Amino acid sequence: MTTLGMRGPVRIRREHAAVLVTFGLLVAMFAAGSIVYPGFGSGQVVVDLFIDNGFLLVIAIGMTFVILTGGIDLSVGAVAALSAMLCAFLLEQWHWPVAAVLPLVLLVGIGFGFGMGYVIHHFEIQPFIATLAGMFLARGLCFVISIDQISITNPFFTEWAQTRIPLGEETNLTPTVLIGLAVLAGAFWTLHYTRFGRAVYAIGGSAQSALLMGLPVARTRIGAYMVSGLCSSLGGLLFAFYTISASGLHEVGTELDAIAAVVIGGTLLTGGSGYVVGTALGVMLLGTIQTMLRFQGTLSSWWTRIAIGVLLLLFILLQRLLGSSRTRR
Amino acid sequence: MPGAVLEMIGVSKGFPGVRALADVDFRLFPGEIHALMGENGAGKSTLIKVLTGVHAADAGEVRLGGDRVSVTGPQHAQTLGISTVYQEVNLCPNLTVAENVFIGREPSKAGAIRWREIRRRAAELLTRFHVDVDPGVRLGACSLAIQQLVAIVRAVDISAKVLILDEPTSSLDRDEVEQLFTVMRRLRDDGVAILFVSHFLDQVYEVSDRMTVLRNGRLVGEFPTADLSRIDLVGHMTGRMLSTLEQLHVPEETARVQAEPVLKAQGVGRRGSIAPFDLEIHPGEVVGLAGLLGSGRTEAVRLMFGADVADSGTVALGGKPVSLRGPNIAIDHGVAFCPENRKSEGLIEDLTVGENIVLALQAANGWLRPLSQAKRQELVGRYMTALRINPADPDMPARNLSGGNQQKVLLARWLITQPKLLILDEPTRGIDVGAKAEIQKLVVSLAEDGVAVLFVSAELEEVLRISHKIEVLRDRRLIAEIGNIGSVTPEGILEIIANGTTS
Repeated sequence: MTTLGMRGPVRIRREHAAVLVTFGLLVAMFAAGSIVYPGFGSGQVVVDLFIDNGFLLVIAIGMTFVILTGGIDLSVGAVAALSAMLCAFLLEQWHWPVAAVLPLVLLVGIGFGFGMGYVIHHFEIQPFIATLAGMFLARGLCFVISIDQISITNPFFTEWAQTRIPLGEETNLTPTVLIGLAVLAGAFWTLHYTRFGRAVYAIGGSAQSALLMGLPVARTRIGAYMVSGLCSSLGGLLFAFYTISASGLHEVGTELDAIAAVVIGGTLLTGGSGYVVGTALGVMLLGTIQTMLRFQGTLSSWWTRIAIGVLLLLFILLQRLLGSSRTRR
Repeated sequence: MPGAVLEMIGVSKGFPGVRALADVDFRLFPGEIHALMGENGAGKSTLIKVLTGVHAADAGEVRLGGDRVSVTGPQHAQTLGISTVYQEVNLCPNLTVAENVFIGREPSKAGAIRWREIRRRAAELLTRFHVDVDPGVRLGACSLAIQQLVAIVRAVDISAKVLILDEPTSSLDRDEVEQLFTVMRRLRDDGVAILFVSHFLDQVYEVSDRMTVLRNGRLVGEFPTADLSRIDLVGHMTGRMLSTLEQLHVPEETARVQAEPVLKAQGVGRRGSIAPFDLEIHPGEVVGLAGLLGSGRTEAVRLMFGADVADSGTVALGGKPVSLRGPNIAIDHGVAFCPENRKSEGLIEDLTVGENIVLALQAANGWLRPLSQAKRQELVGRYMTALRINPADPDMPARNLSGGNQQKVLLARWLITQPKLLILDEPTRGIDVGAKAEIQKLVVSLAEDGVAVLFVSAELEEVLRISHKIEVLRDRRLIAEIGNIGSVTPEGILEIIANGTTS
């Protein structure tokens, strides 16, 4: 963790505590899994975490931007599903070339983010309500495109789904993992080394102050929702690559998983404090819980939900504790 | 003297129903600390808002370095070289000190922010201003004084011609104020023109070179600080040039002091609001709080009602120690409070007069035991007659009443609960003379019936007329307690307020 803080604005400070706790928990959980279940502690299990949760990672990273500004984006799952649907429809029904479809779909995601950000900023609508509207709109549009699931037979997609990049002897990566990591690196750089990224933090700290300090509040806030829209769209595409299909029923509730991952990763829901690295750890933690249940075999998958619920509660309480000791100063 | 860096000529600004600034001239020279003085509502903030472009002036002009400018907003003001640091620090507490100084104008290379450069330059700036803080520390972890200084460093580094400090000292302690003044003097010596607003007379006299006094939106005058005595300054601010004022009957001191005090406060205070003070009120006693606007009068009485929670001291009500965590506790112990701002904090304008009157009693009874209709009508009728609320129609919406009658409705609301201690914050402000006299009479008769009254008023005559004991506040500190014997005059109290001593 400390290597990330060498030259940046980051140093070991109290805000890091939450990220470190998540990291510690992740390591402990993984160690426990390795001891209890044979075969758990392999490199492939780690890589599978990325493969199975790559789309969630990308979506949660976009969500981090929005939450850092003090907002929330409930539309991410629906926008992801819509992106996958649109992509599948254009490829399968209209037979558009992949090179045209992918950029178009990403633009639609960005457009969704822009629309919601615009409404939130200029009409001073609660982000919760504006993105809830966006969620219904996107989900509805999915079914306008098709009521049924669309299977993707496009060769680019089927090949992609089978591509394995060998890493060592028994471990294989997929392109999804690489994209997820690239998005993570890009998001980190954007948040910590660009004016846009710093303005995101400033708005989360105090939008009023940011305005008086002459920061481009409108542009930054809308920009954060556009990043989230882009990430949702990309996440939807990754999910389509993963399942080689698209459906209006896919990724229901993903927005809540993403929010959970962001919060467990140590980002404050009130904005202004948090790291994408934490979000990645949060996604991994959620993935580890699922993997453990899969290895266990007899427990119902609902136990994942219960574990996530307990974790969320713990982390929110932890934030409260860290936060209150901060204000007491 | 060199030419003025900033000049306002004949500036007027009105809001619906208020003339906030009327034909005001103002000059600010480079290398001076200029205090802007006046009571609350004198037009200080409006003047600053015109200067920073928050409000556009209705008439008159603003000149910067001799050229006429029209400032369109704080951002524009900053590019012109006018920076403002407000009482509330407008920085981001979640970012580091260094970043707060440079955010929005970070040095960067190929699109990437150069953190090392930021930290180096921030450290240089902070050293230059003798601000002792690690630039890498989170701003929210710094004291308020440091935050204020960081805001000043940022403002000065962006543009250093005119610096406006709007009540920067109100939440700082003495050492922190000194630190701020050191930085201010350094900037002045560098040729920056500083406009300083503060309610604290001592501080103004300590740091300012000249001052401009406003009263009721009009310019009273521009004075070198050294040539203006405090008593004259207070006179200019209040418009009371110590001429003879009508002397009225003063109630004589009685033996009521022997009784158990209704309220006994010891060392009660709240940081940033009012310094710890002692206060005793006996049954049937009227205690007046006197002081300039902003001297902490309202803050003091809010602590007595639990509207704000004190962070030091103890309060005993009726001899029993009470922890005043909220108004409901005070109400349970027989304390009633009519707030200063009757429209926003007391009266519910959409409810009828009758509903407003029974509100507190109903609340005290609990919502599960509604007052019967008959009982309600009887009570409302009785108090409306007793207080002569006019028109005598309990079903009229409260908003339609005149100010004086609204005030009586509020009084009725609390009297109906038969309080032991009645706190009145500016009950006579903004109401006509007749209603004023009636309310004063009412206070006196309540006291005769054994109710203890804590009475806040900006009008010294009024305080003198009805109180048995006067507490004098200044700079958010209770500085004197005087028994209201015949020899006390408004002039005497003004002098205490000005000089901080009983002479």
